[in-house]
Amino acid sequence: MPFVTASTQRGPYDVIIVGSGAGSGQAAYTLCMEGVRVLMLEAGRRYTPAHETPMFQTPDMAPLGGADTTDKNKGFYDATVDGGWDMPGEPYVSLPDKWGSHFTWWRARMLGGRTNHWGRISLRNGPYDFKPRSRDGLGFDWPITYDDVAPYYDKVELLIGVYGGETSLENTPAGPGGTLLPPPKPIVSDHLLMKYAPRFGIPVLPGRRAVLTRAQDHRTIPAKLHPGNPRAQRILAEAMRKRSPCLWATACGRGCAVAANYQSTTVHLPPALATGNLDIITDAMVYEVTLGKNGRATGVRFVDATTGRHEHATGRVVVLGASALESARILLNSKSGGFPNGLANSSGRVGRYILDTVGSSVSGQIPLLESLPPLNDDAADGLQVYVPWWLYRQQLAHKLPFPRGYHIEYGGGRHLPSVGTFSGLEWLTGGSYGRKFKEDARRYYGSFIGFDGRGAMVPNDDCYVDIDPKVKDRFGIPVLRFHWQWGESEQRQAVHMQETFGEIIESMGGRMASPVITDPVKAIAPGGYMIHEVGGTIMGADARSSVTNRWSQTWDVPNVFVADGGVFPYNADKNPTLTIMALSWRMSDHILERMRRREI
Amino acid sequence: MTDRRATIKLIMAAAAAVPALRARANYTDNLEPGAAPPGSLREFVPTMDGYGPDPDLIKAYEKGAFWPLTLDLQQRQLAAALSDLIIPADEHSPSASAVGVVDFIDEWISAPYPQQRADRDTVLGGFTWLDGEAQRRSEQPFAKLSESQQRAICDPVCDLSRAPADLQAPARFFALYRNLTAAGFYTTAAGRKDVQYIGNVPLKQFDGPPLELLRKLGLA
Repeated sequence: MPFVTASTQRGPYDVIIVGSGAGSGQAAYTLCMEGVRVLMLEAGRRYTPAHETPMFQTPDMAPLGGADTTDKNKGFYDATVDGGWDMPGEPYVSLPDKWGSHFTWWRARMLGGRTNHWGRISLRNGPYDFKPRSRDGLGFDWPITYDDVAPYYDKVELLIGVYGGETSLENTPAGPGGTLLPPPKPIVSDHLLMKYAPRFGIPVLPGRRAVLTRAQDHRTIPAKLHPGNPRAQRILAEAMRKRSPCLWATACGRGCAVAANYQSTTVHLPPALATGNLDIITDAMVYEVTLGKNGRATGVRFVDATTGRHEHATGRVVVLGASALESARILLNSKSGGFPNGLANSSGRVGRYILDTVGSSVSGQIPLLESLPPLNDDAADGLQVYVPWWLYRQQLAHKLPFPRGYHIEYGGGRHLPSVGTFSGLEWLTGGSYGRKFKEDARRYYGSFIGFDGRGAMVPNDDCYVDIDPKVKDRFGIPVLRFHWQWGESEQRQAVHMQETFGEIIESMGGRMASPVITDPVKAIAPGGYMIHEVGGTIMGADARSSVTNRWSQTWDVPNVFVADGGVFPYNADKNPTLTIMALSWRMSDHILERMRRREI
Repeated sequence: MTDRRATIKLIMAAAAAVPALRARANYTDNLEPGAAPPGSLREFVPTMDGYGPDPDLIKAYEKGAFWPLTLDLQQRQLAAALSDLIIPADEHSPSASAVGVVDFIDEWISAPYPQQRADRDTVLGGFTWLDGEAQRRSEQPFAKLSESQQRAICDPVCDLSRAPADLQAPARFFALYRNLTAAGFYTTAAGRKDVQYIGNVPLKQFDGPPLELLRKLGLA
């Protein structure tokens, strides 16, 4: 009975894991495969992708054609349930005192968390990304190097299945070879980028996403991942056989009923449950890590959302993987005599140095792509190709007005028409209606391309969360208050994105509905929009300036670990999820070692 | 003339900004510097008549499954006339009203969500203006006019960027209504077929575009 309740839990457990997303799922997987008894606590409900994913539903089957609403913030068919920017009864405070200082926080209270809907873009941090301060004097170095993490990137890619291509470009590691699945074939609009971007010295690489472009090799991978552990190998082989390769249809953001992409609920949790070592309590809103007299954590307290009762779960080790800022919130709310400012917060750095990704987008209309013959452009739902950051040398030579780079997520094609597909065409049609409008719709359908810049953020003192002195959520738990300010580095980077994208579009003979944005304050998306928030329990080389050490272990309380993005002292342009999983696996190996030595 | 001006004033007061229905909405569209961003203090605002944060995503819903449709017969006739003026039947596909666009728009403007409530004001204000113009010019409701009479009313408002100053509000309405009509039409099977969308079907493999097409486009 792997799904248990507060009253049927089968403690004591070796490890309590808070959360069930990328970091928590990975920790549960790694620990359970090695025989550790784990209790996972998820704030949201149980969620079963095989039965709940709207795989081929078309927008006309949904209310409002599937449009975004305040109930479903990314559209009716987005996999996220009980989540979004606004959640009933779960407020947070963000001070909108001026432009650029607002932060908006996406949450997903459901088993698997945000992994159910994420974009599956899986980029490795490179060597520079772990030592940014050593390179340009800004921000913080990680206390670990690329070489420390590389074996875990290899393992995670083999486990979850990531497509991509080989490359030898600077700071853009592909891995040792053999860990990646083949990339999908480029569509017409991708070929357009492949033709024009090189004219600007901009490289175009195969995309990297956690989608099975073919079946995983269940015969060889399990032995590579679990040498000397035949039971784990058998369980993983079985789990891999149950995943289908991509059907080349339906958006990944809906989730995947056939497990062709990675989500914690289809990839991490099934084998972990199959070991018999994992118990899961859903609807369990954790708010406090409890501390014993010996200075060690004894477990966590949570509210059972189904009964409203306050419960306690105990274990030898507590792993927080509730999402970066939720984990910080739990620590800040865990006050005791020894930790009046929150558990593991002797440094005062819990909640500090939160980071997001710089985002800025430009779309264009390309006459060459008008009135194309019918084409199936569904592919693997995007990012057949992408552009890694390409100006490292110019940056090192201080020839750019911002210190850190960005990559480009690019897209185009003839996709399933949604409520917005044929909106706002007047700038091209002159306001046509009638037969002419239908002709225009045929002509312009699929002729648009979009550039999304995703850039690195240098940590700054103005970005942090603390506990709001007044506001509480529906459980009575004090909520987070956000403080946010983009730095000039990020704003200038966003302008560079705008200008670069505009130039590429114009070189293609394309046009834009409005000029690119050159005002640095306006060019950048508000904090939180990219849903890449990390930091708040950053790892570092010493206990004075960081919350966690090189093993994601809190300096102050040796049996408390952080498995989510909270440990990032720097957010490179690379999307964080793959790194979260790699670090969580590394952390879990360390926990296993320390438990075997009876140190925790 | 007094009536017309009064009507326009009414619409101006009610009309929201240009409809933000685009797939890639630019965040600067609805966020002006200095203005409080949407939901600045994340307090729960109940949407009691909505479908809630955890609806069944598998089943297909009839229009009006979650909240009642609210247009009356006369409004539905006007809605159908205008939708079909924007998307008429042709050799490729049926007209908008023939594939349920009136129900789509009715569901949209009857919905409890903030965007849809704002759109409701714009649409109903626009309906009043259209029928007012039709009465003024031909002493008949808009739905009863000939296509050329309808076009005579709509031509000056069909492009917001060219609409005269005193017709900006009706032009905003027309832009929204065209967006909604297109949204309702192209999300149906008939609309997908019209633009020759051939995806959303499971494939054994994905082959990409044919080489001869890439060559023809100068991309291979």
